[in-house]
Amino acid sequence: MSSEPLVKLADVNFTYDRRPVLKGINMEIPRGKVIAIMGLSGCGKTTTLRLIGGQLKATSGAVTVNGQVVSELDNDGLYALRRRMGMLFQFGALFTDMTVYDNVAFQMREHTDLPEELIHDLVMMKLHAVGLRGAQKLMPSELSGGMARRVALARAIALDPMLMLYDEPFAGLDPISLSIVGKLIRTLNDALGISSVVVTHDIQESLKIVDYVYFVSEGKIVAEGTADEIRHSDEPYVHQFVWGEADGPVSFHYPAKPFGEQIYTEAPRAR
Amino acid sequence: MPDNGLTRALQGLGRRVTDRIWRLGFAARFLLATVMYSGTALRRFNLTIREIYFTGVLSLIIILVSGLFVGMVLGLQGYDTLQRYGSSEALGILVALSLVRELGPVVAALLFASRAGSAITAEIGLMKATEQLSAMEMMAVDPIARVVAPRFWAGVISMPLLAMLFSAMGIFGGYLVGVQLIGVDEGSFWSQMQASVDFREDILNGVIKSFVFGAIISWIAVFEGYDCEPTAEGVSGATTRTVVTSSLAILAADFILTALMFRGA
Repeated sequence: MSSEPLVKLADVNFTYDRRPVLKGINMEIPRGKVIAIMGLSGCGKTTTLRLIGGQLKATSGAVTVNGQVVSELDNDGLYALRRRMGMLFQFGALFTDMTVYDNVAFQMREHTDLPEELIHDLVMMKLHAVGLRGAQKLMPSELSGGMARRVALARAIALDPMLMLYDEPFAGLDPISLSIVGKLIRTLNDALGISSVVVTHDIQESLKIVDYVYFVSEGKIVAEGTADEIRHSDEPYVHQFVWGEADGPVSFHYPAKPFGEQIYTEAPRAR
Repeated sequence: MPDNGLTRALQGLGRRVTDRIWRLGFAARFLLATVMYSGTALRRFNLTIREIYFTGVLSLIIILVSGLFVGMVLGLQGYDTLQRYGSSEALGILVALSLVRELGPVVAALLFASRAGSAITAEIGLMKATEQLSAMEMMAVDPIARVVAPRFWAGVISMPLLAMLFSAMGIFGGYLVGVQLIGVDEGSFWSQMQASVDFREDILNGVIKSFVFGAIISWIAVFEGYDCEPTAEGVSGATTRTVVTSSLAILAADFILTALMFRGA
């Protein structure tokens, strides 16, 4: 196996509508590892994931995946690369007009000429891996949030990707589903020999399963390290995030005029 | 330039006009992409057949019932007018020509825009809002080829068939009222219709009209769905725009096509 990282972001900037979203991001995703990108909502985590998946193009800098610069690929090249990636969306993004079975079989039918018997066996293997072999005939509307996330995971690994991208995989899950999804991310990563990027703000669950963490705030990496280093970090932002403190570098109050001034200047109009 | 109300109003107007033109250009490029990426929809025709079921077959009830009532009203109104001139036996011609040339394609298209066009927009819009289209892209499947093109072609194929059924049902409605209820001579009703309705001039032109209307509705419906804001409000607005824009576009296109087809007839 090559020692080159599977994904590398070198001095990546991304601007949306003249607003800088990412500023000088440098990041490496080594092969076989689970990496988390953490930060508050709107800090640029999902944008980073979309740059890796080629859904967005960096304004400057280079995003390299398996030796290929994503922004330099044409449409065919990008689609060829994506066939070797899997992505789990925040709420699963299952195709609502298809059964669980057809959702998992979707990519196999689109990209291969495999006979239906073989597709059946492969779908069963993928569903077995996420513990939902018995749910093959259900429609997405009949699944709980946790089950939908697991089906989406089975669909994402359908073509044995080299890289898995997870966008908020723990959002809105009950504790049992949360733990199951967390374990599946780690187990599948190790069993399939893939690399994984998890974008999340669920600190406690993700620190149990990841090898390395990048903290992003206002489009910049403000801290990075192993799970243990993050847990014991003195960095004020990381400390506030890990321990869920209401006030700190991320202020409790939204920017406003001084309290007294606001009361005296706005109260008469309100009355 | 002074920053007064008039300047701001003119700037706002200019921005709205350029936005509309930009969007029209984007819609034209989208149509081009849909046609260019239609290989999947035509090669794997079962994808298109499935959509023909949802857009065409499920619109049958509203089309057939509406066609029947429109034909019945034409029978009543036509008889009332024709009998003043002693030409009530020409009722068959009036009903058939009105339906085949105008009412069939236009009314069926308006109903199709409300029933199927809105459904296509809502479906694609919700797929976008729930990230299904993004998921498809990330699975290296082009949503324009896999989702948009089959729905577009299903609309283009369904519309002429529905318009023909609308006209046939309307003629039957006119027959029920004119011949069975009022008592117009049955032989005159059918023979005059057969003698006066020309296949190329009337029927074929009607089919061409409905084909064009089908393309317009399907284009607007898939574009509005694909381009909508991925929120509940965005999908709702896009669905409304599909019905309003399609209806106006159908009526405008009908005038242009009628002027081109029937100006010497």
